[in-house]
Amino acid sequence: MASLDPKDNPSRPWTLLSPALTAILLLLVIPVCFIAVYSFWLRTATGADVAGFHLDNWAEVLTDSFYRDILLFTLWIAFATTVICALVGYVPAYFIATTQYRHKAFLLLLLMLPFWISYIIRTMSWINILGVSGVVNVALQWVGLTGEPLQMLYNQWTVIVGLVHFLLPFMILNLYVSLYGIDRNLVDAARSLGCTGWQAFREVTLPLSLPGLAAGSLLCFVLAAGTYITPLVLGGPTDAMFANLVFDAIITQLNWPLGSALSLVLLILLGGLVILYNRFVGMSQIAKSFG
Amino acid sequence: MSETDHHAVDLRGVVKRYGDFTAVHRTDLSIEEGSFLTLLGPSGCGKTTTLRMIAGLTSITEGEVAIKGRRVNDLPIHKRNLGVVFQNYALFPHKTVWDNVAFGLKYRKTPADETKRRVGEALELVQLPHAADRAPSQLSGGQQQRIALARAIVVRPDVLLLDEPLSALDANLREDMRVELKRIQHTLGITTIFVTHDQSEALAMSDRIVVMSDGRVEQVGDPQAVYNRPASEFVAGFLGNSNILPARILAREGERAEVEVEGLGALLATVEPQDPRPLARGETVKLAIRAEKLALSPAIGAEAPGPDAAALAGRIATVDYQGQVARYFLEAGQRQLQSVNAIDEHPLPEGAEVSIRVRARDCVILPA
Repeated sequence: MASLDPKDNPSRPWTLLSPALTAILLLLVIPVCFIAVYSFWLRTATGADVAGFHLDNWAEVLTDSFYRDILLFTLWIAFATTVICALVGYVPAYFIATTQYRHKAFLLLLLMLPFWISYIIRTMSWINILGVSGVVNVALQWVGLTGEPLQMLYNQWTVIVGLVHFLLPFMILNLYVSLYGIDRNLVDAARSLGCTGWQAFREVTLPLSLPGLAAGSLLCFVLAAGTYITPLVLGGPTDAMFANLVFDAIITQLNWPLGSALSLVLLILLGGLVILYNRFVGMSQIAKSFG
Repeated sequence: MSETDHHAVDLRGVVKRYGDFTAVHRTDLSIEEGSFLTLLGPSGCGKTTTLRMIAGLTSITEGEVAIKGRRVNDLPIHKRNLGVVFQNYALFPHKTVWDNVAFGLKYRKTPADETKRRVGEALELVQLPHAADRAPSQLSGGQQQRIALARAIVVRPDVLLLDEPLSALDANLREDMRVELKRIQHTLGITTIFVTHDQSEALAMSDRIVVMSDGRVEQVGDPQAVYNRPASEFVAGFLGNSNILPARILAREGERAEVEVEGLGALLATVEPQDPRPLARGETVKLAIRAEKLALSPAIGAEAPGPDAAALAGRIATVDYQGQVARYFLEAGQRQLQSVNAIDEHPLPEGAEVSIRVRARDCVILPA
């Protein structure tokens, strides 16, 4: 009979992991290697790709201020989105984690509900809300606060609104997990030692929820920085984000070498962020919210 | 000088309801300054709710709680000057032991040098002076419990509230901590309210025990009184092992009453002089006799039971051997009885005919 003790069977974990590892290897690692190789190729004026080891793409991507500005803009959008998600998401997360309401699972289900609708549809719904003949404008004109419809769409703020809408559940879920894990007795203990409710929050709840805040922020930041649908649908002509450049390079201009270099820049940047996070907080925190 | 001046805590007609459910029925209780009071009962009996009402962690539906004579119903917990120790210690995991202990002093605006001295003293008192720089997670359960105690007493609280502080510890450690806790309480002379479901903790540590069941106080008294003279069937059954037998009063004369136990025969019982019950002839009651008070001897050659005692004939059905004692399950008349007796080398064998001595002073008459 096979022993269940993993020490007796050191290869067992690898056997069990092999389908997942194979999928990751075939669908992620090898394609990324292809892209890495592509990024050193060169696209000629005739439109043909020349294989070889050329640093031209990288030189262009790393020196051209056009790319740098869009990269900084992307980081700004991701940062603003993350901060807003954290501020807006903390309250509902705290509420769901501490409520005595019997159907807590139902509240969490409501949180997941938006995921049942396509992200693109959800993004486009903002056109019906903020557009020239959208709900807000119609309401404002009906009340008489404005005669002309206001131009609210197609700027960086609508991009941020769309991203917050998309990413808020990730933030709330992560915050919820770490808030739910805080022993309520700790707050009671702090209160009994002389803290007001607010002081107890600052001393106990907030610091102990930071891992969840960090995990939620990482997810929000990475997902926001890598998005291209939201700026496409809700952004103006000058609100392109870095992933839009990749999209343009590869799909519109068919310039695979340049697109590869661009996408690797984003990959390395966000990968570095994840490594930093893992160094200071640990990946296990994110695993908790999906566990 | 009013009567409540030497009371550290007074509960006056305190009630706690959750919707239709009454967690604590009308309770009056006074706790003397410097004494150790235990709220004892099974889970769900309202003991923790009572403690939490005193602490201000749970609101009071009706009645009044006073600490040092001052009504505190509307005083939030952080102004009550209490020390609370929780079952799971509730040490702040993100703070060092030192910061945990100093926490209450920080919110009392204690000067730095005094904080240093008092935290040091508190750590000395719980015998962990070298743990100051460690994280709570680096300490054992018993050590964490000591730190939780140090954190609670360092603020010199008016009342120390302990919510099952020992139940998370393993058995040996629990007994050590029991002695330790009592020593610290005695050293500081601090009024302490202790919540537990463990009768031996209650008996070992308390000046007074409040036995609770289903949100009601069943009995209040010192450990011997509660153990030897239970006031209700619940108390007799909850503390130790008791034989509880349906009975009827035959005659009452001063501190003696003769009762007829169904299926067993007549026995003498003791009535406390202050017992207000009439215990008239024919009244149905319950008779409680502790298992360890039933002394067994082999039926052949048994001595006469002596005055104020009766000898019943019985047979040992089952023996539960426990080393220094044995628990015997007996058949006597048409009843089954339990007896716990010390063993000298060998327990009495199963099936043996025995004589069971029942003393009048061990028989307690309970309401039916």
